Amino acid sequence: MTDAGSSDSGGGRRPERMSRRDWLRLGAAGVAGMSGATVLELAARSRAAAAMTTAGIQVPQEHSADDGHLHALRRPNGAPAESQLSMSVVGDTAPSGPDAFDPGGFLTDFDFGETSTRADGRTVREWEIVAVDREIEVAPGVWFPAWTYNGQVPGPTLRCTQGDILRVRFQNAGSHPHTIHFHGTHPPEMDGVEPIVSPGEQFTYEFEAKPFGLHLYHCHTIPLKRHIHKGLYGAFIVDPPEGRTPAREMIMVMNGFDTNFDGDNEIYAVNTAAFYHQTHPIQVGVGDLCRVYLVNLTEFDPINSFHLHAGMFRVYRTGTRLDHYELTDTIMTCQGERHVLEFELEHAGLHMFHAHQSEFAELGWMGFFDAVPLLAASDGVPVHRYG
Amino acid sequence: MADPKGLEPGSNRDAPAGETAGETAGAGRRWLLGLFPLVLLAGLIAVFLQVDPTSVLRTAFPPVEELTIERVTLPEPGRMRIHIVNGGPDPVTVAQVQVDEAYWRFEMEGERTDRTIPRLGRATLELNYPWVEGEPHEIALLTSTGLTFTHEIAVATVTPQPNARYLGTFALLGLYAGVIPVILGLLWYPFLRQIDSKWIHFFLSLTIGLLVFLAVDALDEAFEVSEAVPGAFQGVGLIALGVAGALLALRALAGARTSSDSRNRHPALTVAYLIAIGIGLHNLGEGLAIGAAYALGEIALGSFLVIGFALHNTTEGLAIVAPMASERPPLWHLGVLGAIAGVPTILGAWIGGFSYSPMAATLFLALGAGAILQVVIEVGRLIQRGQPGGLFAPLNAVGLGLGLLIMYATALLVVA
Repeated sequence: MTDAGSSDSGGGRRPERMSRRDWLRLGAAGVAGMSGATVLELAARSRAAAAMTTAGIQVPQEHSADDGHLHALRRPNGAPAESQLSMSVVGDTAPSGPDAFDPGGFLTDFDFGETSTRADGRTVREWEIVAVDREIEVAPGVWFPAWTYNGQVPGPTLRCTQGDILRVRFQNAGSHPHTIHFHGTHPPEMDGVEPIVSPGEQFTYEFEAKPFGLHLYHCHTIPLKRHIHKGLYGAFIVDPPEGRTPAREMIMVMNGFDTNFDGDNEIYAVNTAAFYHQTHPIQVGVGDLCRVYLVNLTEFDPINSFHLHAGMFRVYRTGTRLDHYELTDTIMTCQGERHVLEFELEHAGLHMFHAHQSEFAELGWMGFFDAVPLLAASDGVPVHRYG
Repeated sequence: MADPKGLEPGSNRDAPAGETAGETAGAGRRWLLGLFPLVLLAGLIAVFLQVDPTSVLRTAFPPVEELTIERVTLPEPGRMRIHIVNGGPDPVTVAQVQVDEAYWRFEMEGERTDRTIPRLGRATLELNYPWVEGEPHEIALLTSTGLTFTHEIAVATVTPQPNARYLGTFALLGLYAGVIPVILGLLWYPFLRQIDSKWIHFFLSLTIGLLVFLAVDALDEAFEVSEAVPGAFQGVGLIALGVAGALLALRALAGARTSSDSRNRHPALTVAYLIAIGIGLHNLGEGLAIGAAYALGEIALGSFLVIGFALHNTTEGLAIVAPMASERPPLWHLGVLGAIAGVPTILGAWIGGFSYSPMAATLFLALGAGAILQVVIEVGRLIQRGQPGGLFAPLNAVGLGLGLLIMYATALLVVA
């Protein structure tokens, strides 16, 4: 994958890259009475296509022009990007079916739990977590027999503030014994290695949230590899007491799926759905502070990584300090390692992000930020305010 | 299957009229007895389809999926076509396609919008992929259950299209490897006519050696190719069918010719034709293999390979003419015999080059092996009739061994 985004930063030049057919198709979409939002999304997709084209992922144009097969590759809504992205999956990257996992919603969904105040004035947060077996769609049309927390992979992003009293009622409704092992500081008996919670049983984890930073949780039943790669993991954020600067905040759990169980992942993604943000770019404002909570829960591969195009980010390692960071555009993590990334995108347009292991990127772990000038705080990724 | 004629009184011509009715009743009963188990079987199948007692067992397991990538063609730079067969018991849905560990958009030809291939069904996937000339590529199909089925392109090169140039190339190839060597071998005919009966039998034994080697070689190749045949199509079963089928068919043909011996002025010529047919079938299989290997970029057609095939196949010409040494058939027969044995190499190379299928290759190789085995039997009888010791008279035994050795030595030159 070449560094294409940097050449795509000039927002003003973008329309030149869209072919006349793309504009015609956009026009047709408007005539068909589609909502403004949909038209915007189509525009974003066509820009995604333009970025892909400059990225060297070139589809022979003479074929797409007169080859009937390629026309069939287009989605019924005529989204132009689909026809130009040869290197991707076939079908809608959003998981389908009733109660399907919504990767777009998960990105900005932080679960603060049921909050109450104890007699001594401390905040108590309570969660119900249920382990259930469930088939999940990890790429369009590819189903994986997962073990999940609350029916989703990754499990809910649990969020609290340092010093809160946490109470996690864990119930095992799955077919195998499971636990929840939290990273962070707590008494060993609340560590989720013992007791092992058998199917039908339950256990309540209770401890004080500390230290502040970005943590994670996962099942710690042996065989560990299988319990983790089948989907029993999630992010666990402990906010500093003083909070962080308000920002557009996102959670990204890097994961993979070994669909044929040969000890090698067939699918890579952030937040499970391969290529989802390739076709659904993440909307942020130009110049706005963006914060990504990045957690690596990829099984089998020793490392995973995050690379941002056309911009640099500040890395707060494990998020445990507010004053010390490193400026880079690529960060490597081993399994269980996690970092808070902060950045402002200077230029309008699509900014690609992906694992800088090309293999992972091409197997699903890639997407786009779409930086929009003067984006209202209520639009795009929500701004999180502390306190 | 009931034969209505069997129930007609006139069909038993020798029986007196009075007994015919009783005979007919007996025949009817025989038919009933014969059909009774079949009726029961049909009933059993009907009950199974209605009640489906195995569904209890089946729901506990995921569907059994088996996809075979028969071949991958590269019609032009940047384009790839994947031919697949579902040889498993259940329908399979191709969800995604990986090329070199990356997902690529594809389209399934035909009306299958859900990308599901029924049992024993075939499908072709098309995709744009910038493959690299001369380099290997790996394809993996990901099914809806997450299973993968892989295929390796050993050396990527544009798949030959059936145009004049490639037809010509393959024709020349067949000519060099098949037709010319066989005809050269036939030119031993005048020499064989000069020598006495003892030495003719020596050469006949030598022929058997050559043929046995060819049969074993063909069978070995058939088994090798049959591994690429999708499970449901039973590669080994195909080999059994092919070998037995060719053997029995040629046996029947030979039987028909020898039973009308009075009209057949050249019984040995019949054997020569049988040998030519057997070798022709074998060369068809060989041509298929050469054409396919070339088209799939698995072999480079070096001159060494062609020379090897030529030397190897020259011995086949000798095998054809050896039985005719004691006869004097019109010479045009030599030309026809050469064509029957050699031209199939060209046909095989064409078929193999443009539409290779492991099933067809397995079947043709098995047919060749069966045909050659039948010829071995035929020539063995010829020797038995002509000489008291038969094939195992000392000189003949040496010939047999020498035949095997010659084939082994010339086969060393064919390193494909």
